[in-house]
Amino acid sequence: MTARADVLARLRAARAGTPVAVPRAYDRRGEVVDRVSVLAERVRDYQAGVQRTGPAGLPEILGRLLPEGRTVIMPAGVPEQWVTGCQARLRWDSDANPLSVAELAADGVSVLTGCTVAVALTGTLILDGGPDQGRRLLTLLPDHHVCVVRAEQIVGGLPAALARLPDPTRPLTLISGPSATSDIELDRVDGVHGPRRLDVVIVDDDHG
Amino acid sequence: MTGTGRISAAVPFPTAARRQLADPQLRANLRRATRTIRNRRSQAVDEVTDWEALRATGAAIKDDVLSRLPELLEEFETRATAAGAHVHWARDAAEACAVVTGLVRATGTDEVVKVKSMATQEIGLNEALAEAGISAVETDLAELIVQLADDTPSHILVPAIHYNRRQIRDILTAGMPAVDASRLTDEPAALAEAARRHLRERFLSARVAVSGANFAVADTGSLVVVESEGNGRMCLTLPDTLISVVGVEKIVPTFADLEVFLQLLPRSATGERMNPYTSIWTGVHPGDGPRNVHIVLLDNGRSDTLADEVGRQALRCIRCSACLNVCPVYEQVGGHAYGSTYPGPIGAILSPLMTGPDSGANRTLPYASTLCGACYDACPVRIDIPQVLVHLRQVGVDARRDRPSLERVALRAASNLIRDRRRYAMALRAARRGAAPLRLLAGSRGTARRLPWPLSAWTTSRDAPLPARQTFREWWAVRAADESAQVAGNPVAGDATHEPEEPR
Ligand code: SF4
Repeated sequence: MTARADVLARLRAARAGTPVAVPRAYDRRGEVVDRVSVLAERVRDYQAGVQRTGPAGLPEILGRLLPEGRTVIMPAGVPEQWVTGCQARLRWDSDANPLSVAELAADGVSVLTGCTVAVALTGTLILDGGPDQGRRLLTLLPDHHVCVVRAEQIVGGLPAALARLPDPTRPLTLISGPSATSDIELDRVDGVHGPRRLDVVIVDDDHG
Repeated sequence: MTGTGRISAAVPFPTAARRQLADPQLRANLRRATRTIRNRRSQAVDEVTDWEALRATGAAIKDDVLSRLPELLEEFETRATAAGAHVHWARDAAEACAVVTGLVRATGTDEVVKVKSMATQEIGLNEALAEAGISAVETDLAELIVQLADDTPSHILVPAIHYNRRQIRDILTAGMPAVDASRLTDEPAALAEAARRHLRERFLSARVAVSGANFAVADTGSLVVVESEGNGRMCLTLPDTLISVVGVEKIVPTFADLEVFLQLLPRSATGERMNPYTSIWTGVHPGDGPRNVHIVLLDNGRSDTLADEVGRQALRCIRCSACLNVCPVYEQVGGHAYGSTYPGPIGAILSPLMTGPDSGANRTLPYASTLCGACYDACPVRIDIPQVLVHLRQVGVDARRDRPSLERVALRAASNLIRDRRRYAMALRAARRGAAPLRLLAGSRGTARRLPWPLSAWTTSRDAPLPARQTFREWWAVRAADESAQVAGNPVAGDATHEPEEPR
C-alpha cells in the first residue's frame, strides 16, 4: 500500500462522519466610518510612516521620501507620473529585464510599489504581484519600502479584503508594518530581514 | 498511524519539572515573558467585538474539516498539483524525513535554509538531514538562538523564551564567528542586526528551503505561512526549491475561511492586530519564487488522534501558544519539562494522543495540569483541554486496571472505612492522634509539607492538610447540646462560644 492510500484509509476509518454546520455570526462586512483615518492610525501603530495627500501632491511627497543619493526600484507598472518629483536614481524591474538579487539587496535601495487592497482595521497592505507591485523579492530585499494606497482600495476588515482579491491563487503577501521580531524577551524590535522602514502614502481624491 | 519522532517525553513529567524548578533564572525569564504576552493578548482580543463569534466559527470550521478530511486532502492535492506543486505523503516521522532528505539530495546541495516549523521539529528533520550530511540553518531568530545554543525550543511561538537578552547575547557571540564580541551589546535591536547580517549570505546562496505551513487551503491548493521577521519570505522566495512539511490537519476548506483564522491567530499568538508578514502561495508562480515546489502531507499520529472521540478536538489547534502563556504550570516549569516538541497544555494532550496515551513517559503528561481551565478560555478554537486531560487520565488508569496500584489499595480501604459510621469516626480519632506530633511541627500552618512514604507520593507536589482538631459531627453534637440548654434557660442571640474551627 502506498503511504497516500494508507494515510487516507486511516483517516477515513478514524473520522466522525457527521456533518458539521458552521455558524457565521461574526462581522463579515467590517463597516468602518472613516477608513482612511483608521488605516493611517493603525499603520502608524506599527511604527511605519504615513502620509495623506490628494493626487496632485503625490510626486512631491515621493520626492521627499526618495531623495537624491538613493536608488529607487519599481515594478514595471508603477506610473511614471508618481516619480516626476524624484531626484533619486530610478530602476525598473520587468519580466524581460529583471534586476539581480545583488542589485535589490544593495545598500541605499528603496522600493516603490502600489498594493491591491488595504485593510483599515488591522493596518494591513495586501500585494498580489499586480503590475504596480511586481514579484515578491522586490518588496523584501530592499531595506526601505514605500507603498502607495489609493483611498478606494481601502476596506474595513479582513473578510472584505480577501473577498476583493481578483485571484487568490496569485502569490500574496500581507504586510502589516515593517519587519519585526519579538523573540528577545518579547520586546517588539523593528527590522530583521524584511524592509526595516515602511512608508505608506494614502492618496485621497477628497484630500486638499 | 502512531506518531514517532520528537513527541515523546524521555522522563516522567514530575522528574523533569523538578529539574526545571531548580533554575531560578529560568523561572524569572518565563514569568516576565508570559506576563508581557498575556497582557498584550488580552488587549488585542478585547478590542474585537465579535471575538466569541470568531472563536465559534474557527472551532466549527476545523470540526467540519475533521469530519471530511480525506476528501479535502484529495481536493487540496488536486489543486496544488494543477498549480505545479508535487504532493508527497508520509505515514510517520521517519518516512517524512526520508522524503525530504531524498528531495534535498536530488538537488545536489548540502545546506538548506529553514523557516520555523513545528512539523519539522516534530519529525526531527534537522537531525535526519545532518545524518545525511546536509546542514539545516534555522532562520527564525529564536530558532537560530536555540540552534546555536545546541538546545531545544521551549515554547511554540518563541522557542527561546527561556533566555533573557544577556544570555542571548552570549549565545550569539559564541555561535557567530563574524560577530565582534566586544562590540555587541544586549540591546534587542543590536542582537537582531547581528542575526540579520549572519543570515543574509545564507539566504542569498541557498538553493533549497524547508518550511511548514500554518494553513493549507483545499479549494485553491494554497499554503499559508504567518511570520514576523521576513525570514519566512526569504526562504519562500529566494531558493529554487521549496519543500513544505504540512500536518494533514492544517487544511481549511476554502480560501474565504482564512478570514477567520487570520483574525484569530495573530491576536492570540503575539497579541498584535496582525503579524508583520503573511505569505500565501499556490504551486509554482513563473518568474516569482521557487521553480520546484514540494508539499509533504504528514500523518504521524494524527489519524490515531482523530480516532479518539474526545481527543480529536486537539487537531483543531492552530499553534498560537495562547494556552502556554496563560498556564500556571507552564509559567513555573517552562517548555522543556514536557519533553516533546509540543509543550504546555496543548502538548499535555497532543503528545500522548499522537504517540498513544500509554506510551512511556507521555502517560504522565495529562497530570501536568491543575485543571484550572485558563487554557480553554484562551484557546481561539475552543479546545476543551481540561476535558481531554481528564479523559486521558481515565484512559491511562483503565489501561492499568490489571496491575497493582497503591492508590487503588488506599482508595479501596477508604471506601471500606467511610461506608460505616462507627469505623469512620474511629479512624478520624486515630488520625488526629497520629497527626498530633505533625501538628507541633506544622505550627499554625495546619498543613504538612512532607510526609513519609507511601504518603510522600502526595506531598512531593502539594501540602497535605492535617486532620482538624474537632470533627464536624463532634462540633455539631456539642452545639446541639448547648442549644437545648439555652432554650431551657435564657436564649442568647448570636452566641459564639462554639464557633467551629476554620475548615482546613
Ligand atoms: S490549543 Fe488552542 S490556545 Fe493552545 S496553541 Fe492550540 S490553538 Fe492555541
